[in-house]
Amino acid sequence: MAQHTEWARQAQDAPLLSVENLSISFAHPGGETAITRDVSFTVAPGERVGVVGESGCGKTVTGLALLGLLPSATARVRGAIRFQGEDLSTLPASRMRRLRGSEISMIFQEPMSALDPVFTIGEQLTETLRSHRKVSRKEARERAIEALAEVGIPSPAQRINDYPYQFSGGMRQRVMIAMALICRPKLVIADEPTTALDVTVQAQIIDLLCEISDSTGTALLFITHDLGVVAETCSRLLTMYAGEVVESAPVDSVLYRPRHPYSSGLLCSLPGLSERGQRLPSIAGRVPAPDQMPRGCRFQARCPHATDGCEQPQPLQPLTDDRLARCWRSAELTLPGAVNP
Amino acid sequence: MTTAVKANRVKQKMVVSRLLQALPILVLATFIVFSLMQLIPGDVAVTLAGENASAERIAQIREAYGLNQPFLAQYGDWLWRAAQGDLGASLLSGEPVAQTIARTFPNTLLIAFYAVLLSVLVGVPLGILAATRSGSPLDSGIMGAASLGVAVPNFWFGMILVLYLALTFKWFPATGFVSPREDFSAALWYATLPALALCTNGIAEIARQLRSSLVEIQSSQHVRTLHAKGLSPARILWKHGLKNVSVNLLTVVGLLFNKILAATVVVEAVFAIPGIGSSIVNAVLQGDFPVVQGAVLAMVVTVILVNLFTDLACTVLDPRISEA
Repeated sequence: MAQHTEWARQAQDAPLLSVENLSISFAHPGGETAITRDVSFTVAPGERVGVVGESGCGKTVTGLALLGLLPSATARVRGAIRFQGEDLSTLPASRMRRLRGSEISMIFQEPMSALDPVFTIGEQLTETLRSHRKVSRKEARERAIEALAEVGIPSPAQRINDYPYQFSGGMRQRVMIAMALICRPKLVIADEPTTALDVTVQAQIIDLLCEISDSTGTALLFITHDLGVVAETCSRLLTMYAGEVVESAPVDSVLYRPRHPYSSGLLCSLPGLSERGQRLPSIAGRVPAPDQMPRGCRFQARCPHATDGCEQPQPLQPLTDDRLARCWRSAELTLPGAVNP
Repeated sequence: MTTAVKANRVKQKMVVSRLLQALPILVLATFIVFSLMQLIPGDVAVTLAGENASAERIAQIREAYGLNQPFLAQYGDWLWRAAQGDLGASLLSGEPVAQTIARTFPNTLLIAFYAVLLSVLVGVPLGILAATRSGSPLDSGIMGAASLGVAVPNFWFGMILVLYLALTFKWFPATGFVSPREDFSAALWYATLPALALCTNGIAEIARQLRSSLVEIQSSQHVRTLHAKGLSPARILWKHGLKNVSVNLLTVVGLLFNKILAATVVVEAVFAIPGIGSSIVNAVLQGDFPVVQGAVLAMVVTVILVNLFTDLACTVLDPRISEA
């Protein structure tokens, strides 16, 4: 706990990344579809923050927006993305390019298709390094071999000449991690980095990410739908629902006592944590379509605690000990978590 | 190291198996052409005998050239000699077929390669331009022109070129040819109009294919990774985009060469060029089967070699191909 409050204090003092009221929508011939609304959060240097939520809640789009990777023709991004004090949403493209891969990098969900199939692993690694740092070809190659060794690729000096198709899915994700970290960025956005991998490999990749973030001091924004992963790796959890942040809290306290009914529902539906022989609890219903968002709480139709008053717009309210929740009843409700006292 | 050795072995195997596969194709192609020759009206023996020849004279000639033999025996005889390197001689002029090929084929090849080169030199930049500005008026304009280019018949375009560039402006000769073996630069000058006539379809085809594969690649996940790495759009296009589409492009160019080689038959007629296409046309009209057979053989061998070369180049550009 002491460590977490320490991080939280740091986050307030000098956050590495501070996202303020980020609203993203996509324009289409019939108008505009809002994907996220007023997403705000901070990441402190070296901190690991988990972002969870069902698919379609705007996690990935938020991650891509941080790097400015949304299609410029259709995406409308409002709000501020402050990284080391600079607002990324107003940066010129060339300056943004210098940050991408160098200060902030991203690991994608699909290692099978995220690497260029017709270039060697070595070329793809050295190219990343050489486009941001002034190093010779030879030096870049040595650094690439080191980076591969660091992520646990056996005989890296030989494998560096191989093409992506010669690697397994887990090994490709290791290569992606090596590539994301080769310039020693301050922030890595990992978007469902283990979803496409075998269960046995998933744990290895998560361990690897944590080890590297510990040893290099890289902050990690972990986008996932797997609360278990966040519980193991992150210090803070951000729950997103239907394009909004509904709860933000230190992981330990949210596991013990969630303050938003949606976080509670997610925690209760973790398979490992409910009692054996019982039906796994689930959250009934589905996320409302972007064009049918209710004016008030977006979760009300699925919430077991919904009453009169939930149809009012819900702000993200500060609670005790660095916690925020978007529920006007959070003070009066006692919601079950994953860890029972 | 091991992958390089493996890739080499794959390439050797591919060359050997392709050459073996080529043999039945050669036999089949020449057999079909030989069969079709039988259906064409006219009798070479009557032509050879000259005007007012007696029936006995014609029969004698048939006997002398083996034309009275059954169809299969005639073909078998030709094939046996061809396998030994003897393509025979023209029934009409007596010129050895090998010599006819050596005389006319370089002209045709020059025109065909020239047309392919022009198609690539114009089609590739147009395709890239359209892809990088996809959705813009420029893109629509290029693609509209490309649709037109695919639809325009090359003999018609050839005649338009003769009308304006040769007859009105007198920039290029209207007809005739100089063998590239005698004077290469003059040959190029004579070959320009025919190559221009032949390259419209090629330019259009290459521009369209290159645009669609580049647009597809640019929306792929690995290109998103390249953006996330902080590479510039220019580097992504010229280095990663082009290498990714190169196999596609090369395949299109290979097919284009085959198409253009076939189209030379018509264009040589328009420009009165003594190429292998016009030799085939003349020989077919006169029933001069050794010339037809030899010329077809030369063209089929060329097509097979071009295809083999294309496939080999593809394995170099995309390592996944030699793995399959």
